[in-house]
Amino acid sequence: MEVSWALLANAVIAGLLLGGFYAAMSVGISISFGMLDVVNIAHPAFIILGSYIAYIVNDRFGFDPIVVSVGVSPLFFLLGMVLYRIYYICFERRGQESLRGLAFFFGILFITEVALVLIFGVDYRMVNTRYGDVTWRAGPVDFPMRLVVPFLVSMVMVVGVQLFLTHTFFGRAVLAVAQDQLALRLMGVNPVRVKERAFAISIATAGVAGAFLIVIQPVQPAIGREFIGLVFAVCVLGGMGSILGTLLGAFVLGLAESFTSTFFGPSWAPAVSFGLLLATLAFRPSGLLGR
Amino acid sequence: MSNKVFAVVTLAVALALAAVTQLIPNEYFFSAAYTVLLFVILATAWNILGGYTGYVNFGSAAFFAIGAYTTVFFYNAFKAPLAVGIVAGTLVAGLAGLGLGYLTLRLRGVFFAIASLALAVVLYIFIVNWDYVGGARGAYVLQPREVPFGLPRYIHLIYAVQLVMAAFALVVSRAIEHSTLGRGLAAIRDDELAAECSGVPTLRLKIFSTMASCALMGMAGTTFPFYLSYIEPSSAFSLSYAVNSIAMPLIGGMMSWMGPLIGAVLLGTVQQLVQVNILRSWVDIRPEWGLLIVGVLLVLFVTLAPNGIMGWVDAWRRRKTK
Repeated sequence: MEVSWALLANAVIAGLLLGGFYAAMSVGISISFGMLDVVNIAHPAFIILGSYIAYIVNDRFGFDPIVVSVGVSPLFFLLGMVLYRIYYICFERRGQESLRGLAFFFGILFITEVALVLIFGVDYRMVNTRYGDVTWRAGPVDFPMRLVVPFLVSMVMVVGVQLFLTHTFFGRAVLAVAQDQLALRLMGVNPVRVKERAFAISIATAGVAGAFLIVIQPVQPAIGREFIGLVFAVCVLGGMGSILGTLLGAFVLGLAESFTSTFFGPSWAPAVSFGLLLATLAFRPSGLLGR
Repeated sequence: MSNKVFAVVTLAVALALAAVTQLIPNEYFFSAAYTVLLFVILATAWNILGGYTGYVNFGSAAFFAIGAYTTVFFYNAFKAPLAVGIVAGTLVAGLAGLGLGYLTLRLRGVFFAIASLALAVVLYIFIVNWDYVGGARGAYVLQPREVPFGLPRYIHLIYAVQLVMAAFALVVSRAIEHSTLGRGLAAIRDDELAAECSGVPTLRLKIFSTMASCALMGMAGTTFPFYLSYIEPSSAFSLSYAVNSIAMPLIGGMMSWMGPLIGAVLLGTVQQLVQVNILRSWVDIRPEWGLLIVGVLLVLFVTLAPNGIMGWVDAWRRRKTK
């Protein structure tokens, strides 16, 4: 196949835009899995849930999905708090998180998916936005707005999370939990409360990322599964618990997927994230920016 | 009961059951029983790694599909009969388990879990893009016209084979549980560091149990293409296998070989009943409800009764002896 520069440039831009969105999807996993050591494989289920909420409100009232998702993020925050409470009482306190905790989140993932199938069916749903069909052109390179808008908001969200973690008292407490829970306890801070809030934030980011998802592509309940590998790949590739690493990992993955679908065909693209994940786990489990 | 006696008894029971149930006139019974037995094998296999060793495998569907597609491959290449598919599929799935285990079992358990999930998706996409075994369109596998042992239809044979394979899985699972190997696995499950320090060769044992577990999962899949005489990727990789093979041991109880059996028979039967819509005269139930029930039961049991049904039985026994 002849490789033209325009094709290459388009693949790079699409990869970077996609990468920004992947960072938004994975930042929650970086918090819950990377920092709190809660292996929330149900994370993509909350992304899809966010997509469907954005879809319903957009369908009924015509509001912009991203605005809606920010509006309902307190609900996701509450959901996250409740979920962590259950997880803590049933598994973490008893030291059973490794096997039963995983099965628990797997069950949650599955219930959400089946419930969505029962309510909405397996049809693909999409939203109408003002910018959905607009494309900027800079020479031969396309900037489709349905990718650019989620990319920009994603960047704001990810940078916001990073600033929050490094510049606020609570954020530093979360980082401290990631390092040494016992030390935190000795200083009179309750690590469970910190973890509860931090987990809630991670679920809230999933809800917002769900709105990005449905702006970018049509959504169907079962596609959540494909994102499990993606979010964990980004998190592990970047290095556990590093938001900067997550950003880097997300761009690497976005570019890899974009090149794969440009040069090998889109049907191979979903395998890229999982392949990268397997390779990272096998050869460099500490990730790109890992300690 | 020694392993040999148990093996003989289980096989005898399986054969007797296969012989007696042939008298059942209803064709649907065999199809339903085949599915339930498939889950018995999957759950038993999952439990060898999940219950005995404490490592979660989310990729049951992948190994199931490896078994199924190995059968398809040998059928396409040599028109190989079912028996070849069973042996080859079991071996290939075992090798895949060996590879996955070798790459990821050195890391923390959760990485194995995530990698197994990843493997399922990679293999799915691989199969979808591989035209020789049908790709996304699926492949046809013709059932042989002549059925041996004077059985009326091919489904009767498939059902009997599945019954014997389920018995085999139970025998293997029980033998592992009661062996020195099983004690080593239990030590890993309870405290891997302590086990390593006491001289248990943890990595080798983990890899072995992964291999045995994955091989049996593959075995469960080998009969599948002949059962439907058609196979396509999304049914072979259905999430239902992954969920059921986790839910069944968790609900039945993971500490012994009996737990997965109980869980699989119970949940498998419930799902079959929902499938045929047994309450159709009162309420309209869609087949998805069966999966929803499994998911909800999984979450309920794992939070409220972590030792499953066998846990209740044990507690009841202990109270009686007091």
